[in-house]
Formats: sequence, C-alpha cells, structure tokens
Amino acid sequence: MPLLHVKNMTHYFGGLRAVHNYNLGIEPGQIMGLIGPNGAGKTTIFNLITGIYSPTEGNILLDGNNIIGLQPYQIAAMGLGRTFQNLQLWRHMTVLEHVKMARYSKITYGLIGAFFGTPKRHREEAEIEERAYSLLELVGVQHLAGQIVTNLPYGALRRVEMARALATEPKVLFLDEPTAGMNPEELIQMMQIIRGVHKELGLAIFLIEHRMKFVMELCHYVQTLVFGKVIAEGTPDEIQNNPKVIEAYLGKETVT
Amino acid sequence: MTLTAFLQNVINALQWGSFYALIALGYSMVYGILLLFNFAHGDIFMVGAYIGFFVASGLLLLVASLGIVGLPSWVVLVVTIILAMFITSFVGMAVERIGYRPLRGAPRASAAITGLMIGIILETGNLALLGARRLSFPALIETTTYNIGGVSITNKKIMIVAVSLLLMFALHQFIQRTKWGMAMRATAYDFTVVPLMGVPLNTVAALTFGIGSALAAAAGILFGVAYPVLDPYMGILIGWKAFVAAILGGRGSIFGAALAGFLLGFIEIFVATIFPSTLRDLIAYSIILLILTFRPHGFFGEAHTARLRL
Repeated sequence: MPLLHVKNMTHYFGGLRAVHNYNLGIEPGQIMGLIGPNGAGKTTIFNLITGIYSPTEGNILLDGNNIIGLQPYQIAAMGLGRTFQNLQLWRHMTVLEHVKMARYSKITYGLIGAFFGTPKRHREEAEIEERAYSLLELVGVQHLAGQIVTNLPYGALRRVEMARALATEPKVLFLDEPTAGMNPEELIQMMQIIRGVHKELGLAIFLIEHRMKFVMELCHYVQTLVFGKVIAEGTPDEIQNNPKVIEAYLGKETVT
Repeated sequence: MTLTAFLQNVINALQWGSFYALIALGYSMVYGILLLFNFAHGDIFMVGAYIGFFVASGLLLLVASLGIVGLPSWVVLVVTIILAMFITSFVGMAVERIGYRPLRGAPRASAAITGLMIGIILETGNLALLGARRLSFPALIETTTYNIGGVSITNKKIMIVAVSLLLMFALHQFIQRTKWGMAMRATAYDFTVVPLMGVPLNTVAALTFGIGSALAAAAGILFGVAYPVLDPYMGILIGWKAFVAAILGGRGSIFGAALAGFLLGFIEIFVATIFPSTLRDLIAYSIILLILTFRPHGFFGEAHTARLRL
C-alpha cells in the first residue's frame, strides 16, 4: 500500500476537464516527479491532493485514510506539506516566525503564558526555536532567522518556504517548481538541499519541475502530464527517451 | 488660545480619540483578515454599551443584595468591562458566523450590504426588546475633578484614556506574543498557506471578530461612563467616524487605526474650539478628505490590494 495513493481522480472546472483519470502511488521515501508543459494541470493536481479543490471524481488515500472532503488544515495535519510555485510568504514576518507558525498546533501555552512569560512558555519556545533552527540549518538559511522576508533574495525565500513546509512534519512534501526563477548556481544548491532534506528526514517528496536535468537527477520515478492526462510514466531514463514525451515537449517532427 | 485652554483641549481630545481608536481597531483588524469592512461594527459598539449597562446594573444589585459595604467602586467597573467584553465578543463571533461566513465566495458588495443590514437588525432588535426609551448608564464611579494649573481633569477622563491605552497595549502584545496573534498576522499577509500550517481559517476569522467586538464593547462602556445616556442608534455616527479613522490609519493597520482614532479626536476638538461648533464635522472631515487625497492608502496602508479573500 503506497503512502499516498490517488485512484482515478478526475476534475472539471466548469466544462473544462483539467485532470483526467489520474493515478499516483508514492512509497515512503520515494521522490516522485511530475513534469509537463505549461497548463497541463500539474498545480491543479497539487491543489486537489492538498484539499484546496475537491476532485469531481476519484479517491485519495494518505496512509490508508481517505482525505477527500477534508479541509486543507486537516490534510496538512495528517502529514502533507507543500511549497508554492509563486512564493506564498508572509511579508513583515521574520524567517524564524515563518517556521514557528508551522508549529502552531504544537504550541500549548495560552494567554497567561504569552503575557507573563511562564516557565512553560520558555520551555516550549526554546524547544520550537531549537527545532526551527535545525530546519533552517538543513536548508542553509539559519543565519537569516531574524530577517524580515521582504528583505531576502529570491533563492533564500524558496528555502524559507521549504523550511516552513518541513516544520509541519510532513510525511510527503509537495514542491511546486522549487527552482522556478533560479539561476544555474542556485539550481544546483537547491538540488543539494532537496537531497539533504530527503536523506536527513527520510520523507517522500512529490515535485513539479520544468527543468529536465533536475528531474532526471533527483527523481526515482517520473510522470508526464499533458492536458490533464498522464501520457507516460517510468524511471527518468525511460521518460527521457519516450517518444510521446519528446513530442509533448518539442512538438512532432513534420519536416521529412 | 492660551496654554491652559490648549492643554484642556488636548485632554478632551485624548478622551474623545480613545473611543474612535478602540472602535477603529475592530474595523481595521477585520479588514486585515477578511478584506471586508464590518459595517455593523458601530452597532456592536452600541450592543457592547448595553451589555455593559446590564452587567453593571446586575453587579450593583448583586453587591447590594449581598450586603457588601466598602467595596471600591472601581472594582465593579473593572469587572463590568471584562465581563461585557467577553459577552460582546460572542456577539461579534455570531455576526461573523451568521452574516459573513456564508458569503465568503460572494461579491464584496454583498458582504458590505450584509453588514449594513446586521446593523439595522441590531438597532431595531434593541428597540423591539427594550422599547424606545433611553437608558441611563449607572454611575459606577464618582466624578472627581482635579485642577492642575487651571486645567481641569476628571478621574473619568484619566481612566478612559488609561484603559484605552492599556487595551491597545494588550492587543499589541496579543498579536505579537501568542500563537493566535501570529496566526492573525500570517492570515493578514497571505491566507493561502495558513491552513497548511494546521490552522483553520474560520478560527482566525472568528477570533478577529471576537477581539474587535470586545474592544468596541470596552469603548461602549467607557462612553457610557463619560456620557451616561444609551440609545439604540448611538453607534451609527461614532461607528462611521471610527470607520473613517480606520481608513485614515491605513486599512488593516492596527497601529494606524489607533493613531488615526486619536488624531480624529484632536481634529474634531480643535476645530470646534476655533470654529462654531455647528461647523465642526464639516470642517474636520474636509480636512480628513484632504489628507486622504494625498495619502489615499492612509498613514500605514499598503498600496497593493490585489489579494484574494478568505
């Protein structure tokens, strides 16, 4: 039984079929890639699984539990973390606060603790901060902990977002184009970070990417989505040489 | 204007501004979270004042029936404020639950109209329940007037300004130090990710309405202490003026709302000392219109508004 199991998921936006008969099985510790041209429905699939949309048809099981119809906050609490294609960070909040926020449900001290600084608050805060710093270190931004996010460069923001997602202790981490807008140097760093995170925390990762090199190097298994349909899946090598994938990306050869 | 008269006006303006500031905070907080103005907020101020009236009357009866003598008068006032704030916060949460939550996906005009309707329901509901008579807020504390160098200050004015500032400080601490405050800040900046942190947005919305309403209730009681006549329509004008303060401070800005509330108090009081008092609002609000012409987003508002709604 896969950790995350999607069966025959179909979704319509009005009359538009955005996702058609989609199947997915992610095993614990597996890195799964989702590639496809713009508008293929990749982010829609992320939004469907994380509960932002509810699929028209199909089943989604996380750890054997059906998660369809649950609210995003419930699905997140069950072990699904994600980052976004265009960063969704909180202006005017510090990097540390971003990661702390992800520990919201673990904070048990209340008003009295917050206002009078009880030992319980100090203990919990110390614990949360220690955990936060270790995650920030894992993605290499611990030195920026006190900074307001609006002041940070783009590459650092992507890492903050990843640390925030990791702080929710996901079993499966969803990364929506983790290298979007990055230069080649940042891209290599991001690849190392994802490897490090994967190795350190042993979680399953599901990522959307455009850059083939990145996908080929990182992923154990890759799906190719075109117009809401998986047209090919397999190991990176299989995908790379699949004529259907080449056609979807480069177009059919018409000159003879 | 002599220095004495000036200082006298400063004190009056601080008291007057306290009411605006406390009410404006509720407008601004709700806007920050839900991107809508709760136009029933002025009427929640009224409801808070009435709840304060009943709590205070009840407490006075209780104290009398128990035969407690020598209880300091401020004890009843403090308990009244705390209890009434608590009860009114549930009124605010009910308004959110019944009036606004079902309209999350609806056009924003619907939410605005709903707010106005809830306001009318609260006013006329009060009228139906209690009749068209005015109530007189119980005198919880005796007025003592201090005369400092020709400037007269009453203990009530000091109390009103002090309680307002204390509440604003407490709100600031709440937002900065508690996990709920952190969730509110995060929601105000970008709500899409907040649920993924395991935080239900409905909780944040209800909490925001609850706190805003509690602050309005505090304003209502303080108002009742200063001007002890309650009527069902008492929240309309002061509510609109506090709304102006919220806009002037910058939509969604807590600090801005508080500051602009006090500024509004100053403008109104000082305009009234210079010009005939019948022209007070005309001139005062023309000044504010002028400020907004040059600073359309208010003092601390952010220019971008292209966020989605909860």
